Amino acid sequence: MNTVEIKTDVLVIGGGTAGPMAAIKAKQKNPELKVLLLEKANVKRSGAISMGMDGLNNAVIPGYATPEQYVREITVANDGIVNQKTLFAYAENSFSMIEELDSWGVKFEKDENGDYAVKKVHHMGTYVLPMPEGHDIKKVLYRKLKQTRINITNRLVATRVLTNADGRVARALAFDCRSGAYMVIRAKAVILCTGAAGRLGLPASGYMFGTYENPTNAGDGYSMAYHAGAELSGIECFQINPLIKDYNGPACAYVTGPMGGYTVNAQGERFIESDYWSGQMMQEFYQELAGGKGPVFLKVNHLAEETIANIETILHSNERPSRGRFHEGRGTDYRQDMVEMHISEIGLCSGHSASGVWVNERAETTVAGLYAAGDLACVPHNYMLGAFVYGRLAGESAAEYCATAELGEVNEVQVEAERERIFAPLTRQHGRAPAQVEYKLRRLVNDYLQPPKVARRMELGLARFAEIRADLEQMTASNPHELMRAAEVSFILDCAEMAASASLFRTESRWGLYHYRQDFPEAGGGEWQVHVQVKKSPTGDMTVFKRPLEPYLAPPEATEQYSYQHLRIKSEAAST
Amino acid sequence: MSYNPIDFPVKVNLDKCIADKGCTVCINACPLDVLAIDLSTGKAVMKYDECWFCLPCEKDCPTQAIHVDIPYLLR
Ligand SMILES: Cc1cc2nc3c(=O)[nH]c(=O)nc-3n(C[C@H](O)[C@H](O)[C@H](O)COP(=O)(O)OP(=O)(O)OC[C@H]3O[C@@H](n4cnc5c(N)ncnc54)[C@H](O)[C@@H]3O)c2cc1C
Ligand code: SF4
Ligand code: SF4
Repeated sequence: MNTVEIKTDVLVIGGGTAGPMAAIKAKQKNPELKVLLLEKANVKRSGAISMGMDGLNNAVIPGYATPEQYVREITVANDGIVNQKTLFAYAENSFSMIEELDSWGVKFEKDENGDYAVKKVHHMGTYVLPMPEGHDIKKVLYRKLKQTRINITNRLVATRVLTNADGRVARALAFDCRSGAYMVIRAKAVILCTGAAGRLGLPASGYMFGTYENPTNAGDGYSMAYHAGAELSGIECFQINPLIKDYNGPACAYVTGPMGGYTVNAQGERFIESDYWSGQMMQEFYQELAGGKGPVFLKVNHLAEETIANIETILHSNERPSRGRFHEGRGTDYRQDMVEMHISEIGLCSGHSASGVWVNERAETTVAGLYAAGDLACVPHNYMLGAFVYGRLAGESAAEYCATAELGEVNEVQVEAERERIFAPLTRQHGRAPAQVEYKLRRLVNDYLQPPKVARRMELGLARFAEIRADLEQMTASNPHELMRAAEVSFILDCAEMAASASLFRTESRWGLYHYRQDFPEAGGGEWQVHVQVKKSPTGDMTVFKRPLEPYLAPPEATEQYSYQHLRIKSEAAST
Repeated sequence: MSYNPIDFPVKVNLDKCIADKGCTVCINACPLDVLAIDLSTGKAVMKYDECWFCLPCEKDCPTQAIHVDIPYLLR
């Protein structure tokens, strides 16, 4: 395989949501810098927002909410385990980011006065800004990338970030999933924007690519950060979502809620007070299914025709537009029928929960020169707008860092070792198909890691994952596309091991279903008011340890503190 | 030996597809890189059964030659 060497100042890996923003902001901060945006798919249509988004889930807009209110709400929604400084950095920059996106041409819903039409979905505050015409968001970003003269490379799969002798970022390694070329990229700063670990659990349908997350995001960045020596945090706080059964897209209560839709059990009764996704909400959802009152449905069939038609237009043209086709195939009509829902496969994602690479309020990881933004950066519940805000922070921080940083050198042995590791499947004549290994691995993830969690099961899981690690050496690939799938299996395996290790370490229950330990069903005391960090030790072992919480800047008020613990509707609670 | 082709969810209308005139729009758009040119027909084809039914291929096709079904396992 031929090798291509590239030199840049800032390398952004992943051109979905956070990545384009990071690249643009790095270049705007210092136009002298060389900024390269490297993408596994094609920047024009890549990432979670490929077909647009239904709305901003967590917009902090003056007149509706203050940064303090938002930080308190997310602190409670994430069961206290947050670094409030990072939440403040998001909340305080959220409105200016909306205005900037608006000025670039992204369409948000406005009322007759031209003000943002914010809706209430969360338990306490008002933060959802719909974008029914949000399908052009990638076009807008692409135009801006071109205007800012960002270098873009598509169809490159990044596999590792290497550091020099004093632990600073120096290289990233990648390969072309079409030509198979090996890419060695020298960079002063690297920004990871590779999205969630969306291919961790196997959807109940057994269809490997029927995931909630865009399956291009296999957990690549989690694995790359881990091997670069960065700390990851909250990995035991899994992502689990309430979705349309089998289709595995949002049903979607955020769109329908403000219009009068809600979640019900088989008797047509509401059982949760708030449809905002949290572990505590998922716990109630899970209990409703387990307690014999399921299935659970999204109910909109009581709404007026005009409203239903509006819901259809939004849900069937935006974000996950094949929803309509799915319903049609099943003969489901919102006018008559309720939409059957179920619990998703598990994943890692800080956009939705809290599992990610540890970052501070400047998007810096614990490795010098390495930054992270978006779903893979640990800023709890930061969703799409968080990806943009942290993309900006990462881009600006990286640009500042480059002012003094030099291009580092690495041990060439590492570059060669990675070449060998990555391309080995192409050289094997016989062995296992990556798809087969992936299927088995993800089936084991379901069997051993899906909550409720229990120690013995997770320990067995780790033992089975070790067997899969040996199977990695058996994988074959007949072309660069299959080689990409093979590389992804190793990312997924790293994520599975981190998920098991972090979950075993936290011997208490927290975040509702996300970390419900049957062997430790109660929340622990103060000793568990900490972050749980995962890191690769210098000898190559996975280490798990506690990181103390910083004192809160905005402590939740006494009345707020337990509000997410009581999501079950009161009358229901009394009868169960 | 009998051969049962897999029921791939992405269907390309060969009469409408202009890949033989140089179009590669859907192939470039697909985030999972599952589309390619079929060398026997010169038209776009689904090469890998790894579709997320996200629809950029269908939406961006200049001749409306693509239709994406929900994969059979989910239907
Ligand atoms: C179905 C769905 C609905 C959602 N709805 C909403 C909503 O209504 N409101 C809201 O606020 N949020 C919503 N979200 C969340 C929001 O979309 C995400 O939080 C946000 O887009 C994440 O941005 P990101 O940049 O981290 O990831 P992405 O946008 O997914 O980008 C990651 C990019 O990295 C690339 N990549 C991955 N691995 C590699 C590699 N090894 N090398 C190179 N490139 C790589 C991928 O191809 C991709 O382009 C939704 C998410 C999903 C999946
Ligand atoms: S975009 Fe349409 S016309 Fe172009 S190659 Fe694909 S199917 Fe053919
Ligand atoms: S629907 Fe999405 S994943 Fe499937 S072929 Fe089209 S672009 Fe690719």
